Amino acid sequence: MSAIEARDVSLTFPTADGPVHALKDVSLTINQGDFVSFIGPSGCGKTTFLRTIAALETPTAGTLAVAGMTPDQARRKRAYGYVFQAPGLYPWRTIAGNISLPLEIMGFSRADRTQRTQRVLDLVDLTGFGGKYPWQLSGGMQQRASIARALAFDADILLMDEPFGALDEIVRDRLNEALLDLWKKTGKTIGFVTHSIPEAVYLSTKIVVMSPRPGRITRVIDSPLPRDRPLEIRDTPEFIALAQQVREGLREGHSYD
Amino acid sequence: MTDASAGGGVNPTLRGGLPILTVLLAIVAIWYGAAVWMNAPWVRDQAARADTVLTTADLIRQTLTLERPVLPAPHQVAAGLWEGIAGQKITSKRSLVWHGWVTLSATLAGFAIGTVAGIALAVGIVHNRAMDQSVMPWAVASQTVPILAIAPMVIVVFASMGLTGLLPKAIIAAWLSFFPVLVGMVKGLRTPDAMQLDLMHSWNASRAQVFWRLRLPSSLPYLFASLKVAIAAALVGTIVGELPAGATTGLGARLLSGSYYGQTVQIWSALFAAAILAAVLVMLIGALERLTLRRMGLA
Repeated sequence: MSAIEARDVSLTFPTADGPVHALKDVSLTINQGDFVSFIGPSGCGKTTFLRTIAALETPTAGTLAVAGMTPDQARRKRAYGYVFQAPGLYPWRTIAGNISLPLEIMGFSRADRTQRTQRVLDLVDLTGFGGKYPWQLSGGMQQRASIARALAFDADILLMDEPFGALDEIVRDRLNEALLDLWKKTGKTIGFVTHSIPEAVYLSTKIVVMSPRPGRITRVIDSPLPRDRPLEIRDTPEFIALAQQVREGLREGHSYD
Repeated sequence: MTDASAGGGVNPTLRGGLPILTVLLAIVAIWYGAAVWMNAPWVRDQAARADTVLTTADLIRQTLTLERPVLPAPHQVAAGLWEGIAGQKITSKRSLVWHGWVTLSATLAGFAIGTVAGIALAVGIVHNRAMDQSVMPWAVASQTVPILAIAPMVIVVFASMGLTGLLPKAIIAAWLSFFPVLVGMVKGLRTPDAMQLDLMHSWNASRAQVFWRLRLPSSLPYLFASLKVAIAAALVGTIVGELPAGATTGLGARLLSGSYYGQTVQIWSALFAAAILAAVLVMLIGALERLTLRRMGLA
């Protein structure tokens, strides 16, 4: 069964200068357990598409199914966890308190909350940091905590909007590795927005290249790389060839304007 | 060694206090000058009637010790204040502690009513479109009406219903203090950014959950800033409420009776008692603010 199914999805914002086509006829199938990256220049609609999946935006045309439901039904069923570029942790709550926030909102019991919080803290390698406050953690650790928060309620789909965009290269490498590890352990379907070619190639089983004005998909590349990926894989010819394909796809998109 | 420690290791309290002390001394000096200058005509007039010749020293001494000076000297006000606070039984009608308590109780009641009203209206404005578009102009209008014109009417209306004393004054205090709370809380409840609200939406949180878990905690820095303005406004409102209709207790009544009988020292003592009360109240809220915000990681 496909986790996400988009058919001719379009989204037009009316503005003072006329309508803006944020998305135009986007069709895409994401299978369960896929790691899909969306890459493209700013304004290509990659974030907008992720937000329509999360029912944070509503398409003006086309059909979109998330876990076999409409996006809004999926949201109400808590079918996905969303990670933003900023961690967005509450300064007045501990890390554990922040992670259990969605659990409180969803009405999990206290015992269940404690147990789940502990489990996802272990999963993102923050064991023992539950009692700390956000300001006591580095930026990378805060972002891991926000991923733990998105994982805590066991949604099958994880949507990530440039989650590592604000972090430095070294931290980003480590978190990419950790994310792959986490994906293998949990088998989740991940939608990942980035504008880094190496990041997209390293992480994904499917790379979706998009281009702007109107926001559309120009190329969908299925990765031939194995699921087990040490960081060194980035020096292999397969990896470099794939990165080359993505780069060509991006260039293609640009030649339209 | 001692030089170095004297230069670098000045007690931080002292370093903070020094500029304030300098300003205070300057004010006192100017005040003394003004007292001499403003009281001199009367002293000269008296001397002329008595056909005595005044030396400058005599003139200065007399201007600073008049029973009913135009402007009492700082030490006269200090003595009056001390006499009013420590020189009386606190149940005495001449005690500033007694009058201060009457004013304080109405101030706190009005502050509480105003704060609750301000927060309630802000919550309404943030959550309801109709209120968002209709309440604020009225709230602004309410503050443009001179409180001195409103206060006697409130007192009279309440008195006609048999209500006197604390409640009418508290209503006037609330009238002035709800506004800063309203403005601050509307701003504060709207501080969570789009991302924070999207996160809540993605968890399918109810409006009540968004309010209690996100909006309200985020608004606290704004609330405390408003509360400091509001409590000072509540005190002003209470004192204004004590002026009309012949109130006999409260710092406002002290001000008024002082002006009836030309007791300038009494006026100034009551004035300073009110100022000290306001300063203490604002400082208390400031302390509560620091404590709360530090605990919440917002300071």
